[in-house]
Amino acid sequence: MGEAEFLFLLTGLKWTVLLSLVGFIGGGVFGLAVALLRTSGIAPLERGTASYIALFQGTPLLMQLFVVYYGLALIGLKLDAWVAVAIGFTLHASAYLGEIWRGSIEAVPKGQTEAAKALSLHYLSRMKDVILPQAIRISLPATVGFLVQLIKGTSLAAIVGFTELTRAGNIISNQTFKPLLVFGIVGILYFLICWPLSLYGAHLERRMATASR
Amino acid sequence: MNEAATSAAAPANAMIDMFHVEKWYGDFQALTDINLSVRKGEKIVLCGPSGSGKSTLIRCINHLEGYQKGEIRVGGTRLGDDARTIDAVRREVGMVFQHFNLFPHMTVLQNCMLAPMRSLGVGKAQAEATARELLQRVRIAEQAEKYPAQLSGGQQQRVAIARALCMKPKVMLFDEPTSALDPEMVKEVLDTMIALAEEGMTMICVTHEMGFARQVADRVIFMAGGAIVEEAPPEAFFSAPRHERTRKFLGEILQKH
Ligand SMILES: Nc1ncnc2c1ncn2[C@@H]1O[C@H](COP(=O)(O)OP(=O)(O)OP(=O)(O)O)[C@@H](O)[C@H]1O
Ligand SMILES: [Mg+2]
Repeated sequence: MGEAEFLFLLTGLKWTVLLSLVGFIGGGVFGLAVALLRTSGIAPLERGTASYIALFQGTPLLMQLFVVYYGLALIGLKLDAWVAVAIGFTLHASAYLGEIWRGSIEAVPKGQTEAAKALSLHYLSRMKDVILPQAIRISLPATVGFLVQLIKGTSLAAIVGFTELTRAGNIISNQTFKPLLVFGIVGILYFLICWPLSLYGAHLERRMATASR
Repeated sequence: MNEAATSAAAPANAMIDMFHVEKWYGDFQALTDINLSVRKGEKIVLCGPSGSGKSTLIRCINHLEGYQKGEIRVGGTRLGDDARTIDAVRREVGMVFQHFNLFPHMTVLQNCMLAPMRSLGVGKAQAEATARELLQRVRIAEQAEKYPAQLSGGQQQRVAIARALCMKPKVMLFDEPTSALDPEMVKEVLDTMIALAEEGMTMICVTHEMGFARQVADRVIFMAGGAIVEEAPPEAFFSAPRHERTRKFLGEILQKH
């Protein structure tokens, strides 16, 4: 396996990172919206978002990507692979992050909301200044954990023709007939991104455990 | 609007008026026919056994709890279910909680500056000046840059009082402000409340500190089972309680202290 092949793997890695970022940013923005609606106290919105979360947590990501890319094409809506994958990952990540953040928002003691209300702070300020800063802190370990899952999950984008890291490995291994070597390298590349994140998540969790003592 | 018309019915110097207020949690009636009028500058101490509805009553005044029947007016504003009147009332009413409820991710100073800036639109410099002045008044100015967790319970509660005062409220509500404190810290918080009372603040205090009640209360109100059972000036309340339940309650409280 030569330099060209290795560079090809690195290009795959680049797509993996980009896909993860798209999923995380799209999922972050919509996930926040899901979490806020889910805790809004307005029954139809809470039920609606609960169903949304149940739907996307209860079905495989592979199937979701499949539906967005091929399913929509069947009814005449032909999406660019990038767009389809961005939508698929955003839907998936927003359901998971929405649920993680809902839990964190609810974990902030009720007295915080009451104090903020008694000070006549409006909903927006209550959330932005009082609740979310505390909720985000609580949610960090789980959020980082989900990000790691998301990075590994991007390999599924291969089914809509994306040459991200796993598919790049597949191609090179078929060319060089050295699957062990190639997938060894692919594994190390995944590991190099995910491991520091996992460490960071564990570190945050330890720090929170000592802080709450 | 029609505020002038509604307040005309109430005594001219009434700060808080509750007429026939009833509240239910589901099937459970937490408040029964509450009638209470608090004049400007008046200090009320509210006591009663656990579960008698003391917290519920004062939490209705700033709409932390809604009520189903009757009417509450604060400073002439009729408290409805709409954001506008709730907001108007909350800007006039400060509240201090048993567990302080300071914002843990903000410094003492930031805790005090947030609400004036966000809900009154006060500028940053002005908010800071007010905050420092009030922290001075509760004798804790030197802790302004610390986080709540770095303070003792008594200090935290004094910060909570200063934070509420930064909104320049016309009324202060206290819900058992000293009952989560170690005994040696109770006095510093009570002294702060006494000073506030002497400055003429209108106050409703849920507390079982009977020394405080004797010293500052204009009226002591005893609640049981969601209703007001008895109300009297402190001397009469403590020396000649009229109702059997009040006598029993006072006996228990005085035994404990
Ligand atoms: N959110 C709620 N849902 C249902 N019941 C409630 C709720 N809050 C309070 N109650 C009930 O209403 C009654 C009055 O409660 P409240 O907290 O006002 O009592 P309290 O006089 O403040 O008691 P304490 O001295 O223990 O603080 C109690 O029986 C309580 O169980
Ligand atoms: Mg109570």
